[in-house]
Amino acid sequence: MARRWIDILNCPTRWAQSLSRKSHSSAFWVGLVLCLGITFSLVRPCNADQGEPTSATHFDNAHTGSQADGQPSTSHLLIRALTLRDHRTRVVVIGTTLLGIAAGVIGTFAYLRKRAMMGDALSHATLPGVAGAFMIMGTKNLPVLLTGAAATGVLGVLCVAGLRRIPRIKEDAAIGIVLSVFFGIGMVLMSLVQEMNTGQEAGLNTFIYGKAAALLVQDAQIIGGVTLLVLLGAVLLFKEFRAVCFDSSFAASQGISPTWVDFLMMGLVVLTTVVGLQAVGLILVVALLIIPSAAARFWTDHLVVMTLLAGLIGAVSGWIGSTISASAPRLPTGAIIVIVAGCLFFGSMLFAPHRGVIASLARRWSIARKVALQHLLRALAECEELADRGKTIPLEMVLPKRSWSAAQLRRLIQRATRLALLERSSSSSLQLTTAGRIDAERILRNHRLWEMYLIKYADIAPSHVDRDADEIEHILPVPLVQELERALLDSEATPPSPHGEEGAAR
Amino acid sequence: MIVRTPPKKASSSAIAGSLQAEHDVAAPVSIHDMTVAYHRRPVLWDIDYAAPAGQLIGIVGPNGAGKSTLIKACLDLVPRASGSVRFFGNPYKKQRRQIGYVPQRESVDWDFPASALDVVTMGRYGRIPWCVPVRRKDRAKALHCLEQVGMADYATRQISKLSGGQQQRVFLARALVQEAQVYFMDEPFAGVDAATEQAIVILLRELKTQGKTCIVVHHDLQTVPEYFDHVVLLNMRIVASGPTAETFTSENLHRTYGGRLTLLDKAASAVARLGTD
Repeated sequence: MARRWIDILNCPTRWAQSLSRKSHSSAFWVGLVLCLGITFSLVRPCNADQGEPTSATHFDNAHTGSQADGQPSTSHLLIRALTLRDHRTRVVVIGTTLLGIAAGVIGTFAYLRKRAMMGDALSHATLPGVAGAFMIMGTKNLPVLLTGAAATGVLGVLCVAGLRRIPRIKEDAAIGIVLSVFFGIGMVLMSLVQEMNTGQEAGLNTFIYGKAAALLVQDAQIIGGVTLLVLLGAVLLFKEFRAVCFDSSFAASQGISPTWVDFLMMGLVVLTTVVGLQAVGLILVVALLIIPSAAARFWTDHLVVMTLLAGLIGAVSGWIGSTISASAPRLPTGAIIVIVAGCLFFGSMLFAPHRGVIASLARRWSIARKVALQHLLRALAECEELADRGKTIPLEMVLPKRSWSAAQLRRLIQRATRLALLERSSSSSLQLTTAGRIDAERILRNHRLWEMYLIKYADIAPSHVDRDADEIEHILPVPLVQELERALLDSEATPPSPHGEEGAAR
Repeated sequence: MIVRTPPKKASSSAIAGSLQAEHDVAAPVSIHDMTVAYHRRPVLWDIDYAAPAGQLIGIVGPNGAGKSTLIKACLDLVPRASGSVRFFGNPYKKQRRQIGYVPQRESVDWDFPASALDVVTMGRYGRIPWCVPVRRKDRAKALHCLEQVGMADYATRQISKLSGGQQQRVFLARALVQEAQVYFMDEPFAGVDAATEQAIVILLRELKTQGKTCIVVHHDLQTVPEYFDHVVLLNMRIVASGPTAETFTSENLHRTYGGRLTLLDKAASAVARLGTD
């Protein structure tokens, strides 16, 4: 039962693995082409309405404006958002989806390089840059602000790297110091900007909390461009990223300089963070770097698949998040995107095959069931030794064998009966079937062999070996059993208990 | 965490010409007057050593003697405070392909999403230019090296699902696929099962018959005479080096492991304090 749904869940992963095996980077190229297509599709409508005077208004205003006579219902807005009918919704949804792809892909490498939190220091360090660029240039021209953001962001990363070189300052402390100090400077500059009263400073706060609704075609195009760069970097530098993430000193011995690779990797992280500021805000943008990759790690042990999955999870979070917030305009888009990503992470953590929580619980549960059944069989085999073989065994003889309750024993017996390992000869007595006896004797034999081994070779007192053998009897592999037999036995028969009466030993 | 102490440029470049003469051009590895410091605290003092070609060389010494540091400093992974290292008379950068490296197994996170074959293939990355994907023949070579260490059946297995010994063999295969002339191995025998230990010994002897030089950090004194032709006894400086039969004596061991280093250690602390006060 548990196995079957694990298999079903496994399907997409397996499919993705076979795809990636067949053609290493073809999947990447597919993504690249898709991104190109999406970006170009954005270019066309942008040219069409660049002349419109309303193009700078926020898309949530546009919604209410177009439906001025009545409050639009949420479902109506949701349908409009899902069908991408509004140009502005289209811009926001495509922009955040592309951002999700870029952050997921480059986040995978940052995550594996254990640099993901560096993204947090970086994003907070962008604030003084945004405010500073506005103060100096006096314009809200986006490229200018983003350049400022990138400049102080890089400065922040360099500060973290510099602080780490000082003895007694660990990486987490360095990140915490840089993050808070830069953010503090940024807040001071922001308040100074507010006092300048240029009448232009109104939108600057979007960089802190993000306002995807305010995304313009130009912003989405910049995000698209960065996404292309990230995908290109991930494809071209895949080998270098992998080598440095796994073992940087070996990579260095191969002539792949970790400094350069880190520089390129962090460069792409900087670009992604900076273009993500407007959409999700500097407080939350790090979530898009970490969450998709951490979620993807649950599903696969294959780096190519993991990178693709992280991109997909990022894209889905961006898409669903912006669609939800488009249908309820007062919801903050960035926060919704991060919550969607969080849900995907939580789902992955629970339901992923092999690494997921439920899968490992199911595994443990099925092992526990198997062990309990084998304990019953061994108890019966021990009882059979005392009685005559093939004779019926009274229940009251089995019950004191282990510390199980009568109800537990009853359930175990029911299960064993269903599996045709034993049959009830009357309401209070049991009998092993032929299949059951083979199993039971094998387990008893394993148990005894291990006890004898411990006594003879490990100098453990006979009164102590029973508990050890209790655990090991279920998992002894056949070659090991054969080795034990060679070392300990001269005949085929199951050896007698080395510590006398089984029940008395307990 | 390592604080990189910039090498004293003035002194090292001024006498670079005279240093060149100090190196044995024929030796696979020759170290001249090398001092290495962590956080300004010297951990290796004035190392002079020329490794004989085609031999199995064991580096032995107590914990904290600088065995791993010696290897890392040779491979430019840790900055040298002074001194120089030459491989067949050339600096490391020019001979990179001739030098294989097996780091300590604990130095990486084995929960990385990669298969055994992926890891071994990394040994070929040095031969593939940047931005070029791994070629099929490199993958085939990697698989062949996995076979050599008896791990062909585990090629597609995720590396965290391998036992400690199997992980060590994967690292060895990754070094083999480098097809180097000199191998540096950092504690390859640490925490491995008996079968892997035997496999590694057989492999080392095979490398020797192919004329390759192996420099191996080793911690088990009992097996040193059996495994190694040459031995370097190290404790912050080279106490003794040479053929195992002559060098691996109880007197030398006593000098290596005995308590005669207190002064050197105190001096190192003093140097470290100089930097911070």
